[in-house]
Amino acid sequence: MGPYEFDLWVFMLAAYLGFQLIRGVSPLLHTPLMSLTNAISAIAVVGAILITGEKDASTLSLILGFSAVLLATLNVVSGYLITDRMLKMFKRREPEKK
Amino acid sequence: MNNAVLNDTILPLLYMLAAMGFILAIKWLGSPATARRGVIVGEIGMLLAVVGTLLRFEVVNYQWIFVAFFLGTAIGIPIAYIMPMTAVPQRTAFSHACGALASALIGTAEYYKAMNQGPHATTVEMTALIVETLLGFLTFTASLMAFGKLQEVLPQRPITYKGQNFVNLGIFAAAAGIGLALIVSPEQTFLFPIFTALALTFGVLLIIPIGGADMPTVIALLNSYAGLSASAMGFVLNNKMLIVAGALDGSSGFILAIIMCRAMNRSFSNVLFGAFGQLQTSAAQAGDRPYRSAAAEEAAQILESARNVVIIPGYGMAVAQAQHKLREMFDILTKRGVNVEFAIHPVAGRMPGHMNVLLAEADVPYDKLREMDDINPEMPNCDVALIIGANDVVNPMAETDPKSPIAGMPIIQAYKARTVMVIKRSMNPGFAGIDNDLYYMPNTIMLFGDAKAFVSSLVKELGALARA
Repeated sequence: MGPYEFDLWVFMLAAYLGFQLIRGVSPLLHTPLMSLTNAISAIAVVGAILITGEKDASTLSLILGFSAVLLATLNVVSGYLITDRMLKMFKRREPEKK
Repeated sequence: MNNAVLNDTILPLLYMLAAMGFILAIKWLGSPATARRGVIVGEIGMLLAVVGTLLRFEVVNYQWIFVAFFLGTAIGIPIAYIMPMTAVPQRTAFSHACGALASALIGTAEYYKAMNQGPHATTVEMTALIVETLLGFLTFTASLMAFGKLQEVLPQRPITYKGQNFVNLGIFAAAAGIGLALIVSPEQTFLFPIFTALALTFGVLLIIPIGGADMPTVIALLNSYAGLSASAMGFVLNNKMLIVAGALDGSSGFILAIIMCRAMNRSFSNVLFGAFGQLQTSAAQAGDRPYRSAAAEEAAQILESARNVVIIPGYGMAVAQAQHKLREMFDILTKRGVNVEFAIHPVAGRMPGHMNVLLAEADVPYDKLREMDDINPEMPNCDVALIIGANDVVNPMAETDPKSPIAGMPIIQAYKARTVMVIKRSMNPGFAGIDNDLYYMPNTIMLFGDAKAFVSSLVKELGALARA
């Protein structure tokens, strides 16, 4: 099995897993879900690091890679923080106030 | 060969742990009780992935990476904390744009790198690379357009012209065709900028004809594209973790888009190519039908003597910033023994689940937020259905009039309640220009005024009743 065929299997299974997992998410939390998956997809930062950090990277690679690391980091940081900020607001009935 | 050992044994394990972290993060986000744990495990996953990449022996120059980390963090933190919750849809569109652009830029860099090292990209690599950059670039401009519409710097109304779908499909076909040519002969480097320009243009044109009311679907769909682009990058770099993370994101956005479409009884192609929101301006404006209206005092008395009250908020409630006043009203009524619940339509708000976040921010307990399908069977037992800033999602014509533009759209069945109250500025039809039979029903009372001001006077009247 070539590497690409293997990759396709991984993709297929991960997509199926994704469908199953997302269907279990309460509609109550669809907005936090979206900002969380958004932060997760900023995993593209991995590719950006590899491009930016490699030996003898061309100027073009450096510029593109640098921008990509910046954009992805922005998404990671703000994505996780906003998700948490939203989730903190979801409370059950508060204890009776006087 | 210490480095090689690290690269081949330990780092792949870090990647695998990271992928597990992402999977668990989504799993735990499934319910409010475990959701915050999900965020933490997701953060750990991301940390492992980044550390695992920084330690790879190919990575030798750190200065630019750390400068970018620093800048990204410095911009990201204020965005996360300052942004109001009403602006979450814009923020989401903006971050889709950032994520998609990042992925497209990496794809571009990968392409030129492969060409500089002597053109030897395989067909498989080139296919993945073209998919990555195509989705990346088109999602980038499409998300910027969505951001502009949500932020209202661009007109919310769909912009259409004759032959629009033809032009759009033509440009997409051209981009795909050039992409194909690049896959077959990657060394034709002059084609790449053309390909990029076409993909960017298509993204803009795709969103121009889509109206503000369809943004929930569009945002979800763009979420999916951004994820798929990251997944395609995983194929280029032969990195399983990227494939998994991108696929999770891709399927998430796709499912949410389907849910949104179902909630409007429309198909994907209808949302993308249908130019909704334009057709109905001529819809019958039955101006002189009789209706009943009341002042806050009377409405407060009815609410106060009710046992079950269901509040149905729409985006108009959020625009008027009425959610905090609404919570005060909720508190007073609850204290008096009235059972108050909120019925949330899936497309209330500007993105999936937006209304829940807005009400949670106003400290409405989440166990009082009920889904449409869940609450509809209970509507006949509801004494008062109070509608604030919502219109189409409670329009009974969706069930009764097969000619209505919203025919077949699932609605919250407010009309089944014993009394229906509608807070509305005037009798003018709403955004989509569709008339609403609900307003003319004998058990409906219209409450005219600004949502926030009216709820404030309801709170005042209820307070007076409580003291009496």
